[in-house]
Amino acid sequence: MSIPRTIKEAAALIEKREASPVELTELFLERISSEDGKINSYITVWEESALEAARKAEKEISEGNYLGPLHGVPIALKDIFVTKDSRTTCGSKMLRDFVAPYNSTVAEKLIAGGSVVLGKNNMDEFAMGSSNETSYFGPVRNPWDTDRVPGGSSGGSAAATTANLCVASVGTDTGGSIRQPASLCGVVGMKPTYGRVSRYGMIAFASSLDQAGPLAKIVEDAAIILSSIAGHDPMDSTSVNLPAADYAGALSADIKGLRVGIPKEYFVSGMDPEVEKSVREAIAELETLGAEIVEISLPHSRYAVSTYYIIAPSEASSNLARYDGVRYTYRCEDAETLRDLFFRSRSEGFGDEVKRRIMLGTYALSTGYYDAYYLKAQQVRTLIIRDFDSAWEKVDVIASATSPETAFRIGEKTDDPLKMYLSDILTIPCNIAGLPGISIPCGFSSEKLPIGLQIMGKPFDEQTVLNVAYAYEQSTKWYEEEMPPLG
Amino acid sequence: MKISKEDVLNTAELARLEFDDETLSKFARQLGDILVHIDELAELDTKDVEPTSHVLELSIPFRKDEVNQLITAEDALRNAPGKENDFFTVPKVIEDQS
Repeated sequence: MSIPRTIKEAAALIEKREASPVELTELFLERISSEDGKINSYITVWEESALEAARKAEKEISEGNYLGPLHGVPIALKDIFVTKDSRTTCGSKMLRDFVAPYNSTVAEKLIAGGSVVLGKNNMDEFAMGSSNETSYFGPVRNPWDTDRVPGGSSGGSAAATTANLCVASVGTDTGGSIRQPASLCGVVGMKPTYGRVSRYGMIAFASSLDQAGPLAKIVEDAAIILSSIAGHDPMDSTSVNLPAADYAGALSADIKGLRVGIPKEYFVSGMDPEVEKSVREAIAELETLGAEIVEISLPHSRYAVSTYYIIAPSEASSNLARYDGVRYTYRCEDAETLRDLFFRSRSEGFGDEVKRRIMLGTYALSTGYYDAYYLKAQQVRTLIIRDFDSAWEKVDVIASATSPETAFRIGEKTDDPLKMYLSDILTIPCNIAGLPGISIPCGFSSEKLPIGLQIMGKPFDEQTVLNVAYAYEQSTKWYEEEMPPLG
Repeated sequence: MKISKEDVLNTAELARLEFDDETLSKFARQLGDILVHIDELAELDTKDVEPTSHVLELSIPFRKDEVNQLITAEDALRNAPGKENDFFTVPKVIEDQS
């Protein structure tokens, strides 16, 4: 039996009784065991509990109790979602032995839907990074070229999905952490509207920006996962009380007359010409499919990176204050005083990138700088949002490249944080404005590296975003491109 | 804005972090580069622009004030690096009187 590449394929095998959940799970666990050494996409593999979940699913299905398209399907979770009875590290030494006493809502919902969790995906430490090189558990490698990064911070989720080490995964996106790795690995990645998915049990980075979403090979799979994890949760007061929709069931490839905005500012200087070419071709394809292409302007988006690198580190410096060496984290050896315990536990437990951001945020919030940095950034955030509000009067969705470049080499940007931060220049505005956005494959560079198209939508209009992505995907079928064997 | 090693040192104190001298210099340079880039925000006139702290229009949700056992003391202490009975332990906070 060949390994199913999608939820759709896996669910069909299970439904037709051509493969059982246990057989599928064994297949994926074997593949992880033989192949993941080459890309390091998992921090923890759940050999036993995955098989146990598969047996449970098998029994339920054989008793006629079929729960839906995720039932018995092997997926993975970014190691930022806390899970009961297995460690959740967030890619950090600080939490290397942390076992949560409860399940995150995302994990709980996926498990309730019958999915088989294969394990926890590698990630940048505390989701801070664009290359998955800041993980305490080592860098993840891009399956298309293992000398290159998979993007970040959900790099393990993207790489595992790409390399068929799971059919799909759930990641998180604070400034592009689902969409950018999806783009660099050639898979689909969606950040829903802020508030669409509960953040309960999702380890906090920047609470006004963080949102969970799917990474999958095809748009329909992303829609299936989104339906499964979306919805109001009394445990997260920022989760919005809107009914969860059947996004997959409502998918439509008919985009005739739909207005697609192209922000002229998003063809940024320094953009890889091959990326620009593919994205322009993708826009032409949308026009062929009947969409109306409208040039728009989002003049303040160019300030989004600066705005983000005040707001996100400020929120992070506060959120990460809880890692103090007292209750559930790494603790330094032989602390003589409480002060010594705090300083050394934090200094030994956090990696450099996390420290840089805590420092940046602490500085921006400190006396004398608050108005110049934090307040200013919040005001510019308003200006960026207003640009989008005016754009929605003219267009239904907005399209651009996801990343201005293809996957870069491991080590290429590690000494220059600012250069690394600028890789998220096209994805950050969505988070600043809380909008839904998706990245889908739209071609390959001459070096056979994936290129991603980003589609952004109005708040809570995930369906239109998915429909445009689906229409483009069905007419181009980039997902059929075969990945080279892992080197 | 460039920042000095002393600024980095003061910020580290607030953030409960400590660095060796080499890292301190590296951080002063890197944080300086980032802040110089961020200074572009000063180009924008934001007079009378309301700050956004959150994209959603949030109201405080109320619920019934009912006792609800979510996590037991045993679970809460399971990851503790130091514990005694039902407590987390830390080095002595109050200095000896002598």
